[in-house]
Amino acid sequence: MSMPFYVAPEQQMKDKADYARKGIARGRSAVVLQYEGGILLVADNMSRTLHKISELYDRIGFAAVGRYPEFENLRLMGVRFADVRGYQFDRRDVSGRQLANIYAQTLGTVFSESLKPWEVEIVVAEVGDTAAEDEIYRITFDGSIVDEQGFVAVGGSSEHVSSQLKDRFAADAPLSAALNAATHALAHENGEERELEAGNLEVAVLERSREHRKFRRIHGDRLSALIEEGKRSTAGDEADE
Amino acid sequence: MFEGFEGGRMSAAFMSAGTSSFTEFLREVKPELLPGHHTGSAGAPGSAEHLTPDATTIVALTFPGGVLLAGDRRATQGNVIANRDMDKLYRTDEFSAVAIAGSAGIGIELAKLYQVELEHYEKLEGRSLSLEGKANKLAQMVRGNLGMAMQGFVVVPLLVGFDENTRQGRVFSYDAVGGRYEEQRYYSVGSGSVYAKGSIKKLYRDDLDETTAIRVALESLYDAADDDSATGGPDLHRRIFPLVDVITEDGHRRIGADEVARLATEVVEGRAADPDGPKARLS
Repeated sequence: MSMPFYVAPEQQMKDKADYARKGIARGRSAVVLQYEGGILLVADNMSRTLHKISELYDRIGFAAVGRYPEFENLRLMGVRFADVRGYQFDRRDVSGRQLANIYAQTLGTVFSESLKPWEVEIVVAEVGDTAAEDEIYRITFDGSIVDEQGFVAVGGSSEHVSSQLKDRFAADAPLSAALNAATHALAHENGEERELEAGNLEVAVLERSREHRKFRRIHGDRLSALIEEGKRSTAGDEADE
Repeated sequence: MFEGFEGGRMSAAFMSAGTSSFTEFLREVKPELLPGHHTGSAGAPGSAEHLTPDATTIVALTFPGGVLLAGDRRATQGNVIANRDMDKLYRTDEFSAVAIAGSAGIGIELAKLYQVELEHYEKLEGRSLSLEGKANKLAQMVRGNLGMAMQGFVVVPLLVGFDENTRQGRVFSYDAVGGRYEEQRYYSVGSGSVYAKGSIKKLYRDDLDETTAIRVALESLYDAADDDSATGGPDLHRRIFPLVDVITEDGHRRIGADEVARLATEVVEGRAADPDGPKARLS
């Protein structure tokens, strides 16, 4: 039996990180941002049934990019954790911070202990009673957790998407304008010029004013109408300038 | 830092594809949280019914385009009024609601678990259960309570929902062993149900609108309170009125306290003029 080659721990970690980054970069990005009525989640997703965005609890949403079966596992875990906790104590006792923490710990453990890291990057967003109380966390494949302000992009070229989004982001923008900013950033992901139609987008909001469960998906005619409205108002703004 | 979260990992059950039923999942990870979970022996012989108060009368009726659920506010323990402003109606999801009659402590737990059950399924599966599915799920949960029912803790829920396929409101009743019965037009459960049902029977029309339907429900609860000491009538002095939930294609809505107060006051005033209430036509 041959002895395995010695690989320095630094190198091992670096190889794993490169592997995960490459895997994540193969898929499309997702963005999460504040708008005047709450938090908007948008993902570039062709499938209508395999969701990248979903509801975790009353005020908490989830967005993910990367390998579907891996982030789906994390989603199930989050929903189960939140429901058990909410049932055991009270619905108000489930927070985005807790969920972000268990995700970070889970991903951190997988990253350091398994041979193959998980190729996922996720966002946990919680809408508060006021915009100042909104929370957006980004959790990366190695279990790092970042408390983001206002907006965040995840995915292979998230830095590029993020810088695109920064130019157009306004925390008090109406929904159609926020959606327009998000789709614009996603469409120019790799420096390319694409048109994103309603059929390519998965969109949901955490609506501050909504009762009970704040999460709502936007699709079909309503989504097409919002995209049109966003385009018109941006075109109008540019004409004004 | 979190229970069940050791060594940086949630227990495997949290991550497995597993079940989309919250009850089954809870049985696996935290069975002690389930209602009716016993650690000790079956307990001393004799009645244990005095341990929790009884929730009383609930009525449900359908009207074109929706369904209505209403309940009085009283809970009794023997001859004592245990609670006069209890809420026995539970919004279980956007298109369904459940009300409980019988042992209050058990019923509240059951309704709460049922609520999480429906929501849990919806979140995991990405779509909600059909109304039939919801009704069957509740039947299983009531059946699960059979052991407690044998000891005297009987819970009888009443499920109402708006069926998104057939676009109409439906009512389901249950017995203590989990038998599920679909009711036509209207139904009532609880100690005052006999009187309430009789009252609705005489006032019900197939073309009721929402406000008239609320009116019928309030009249029937008044009649139940009139003849059943365990049912509470509208309390004008303390401003405690029955609760009314309406489910239509727009979803679930609790009728505002002011609106119910106004209608209930009208009912009481009507009874001041004629204590037996509105008369049904004879021809």
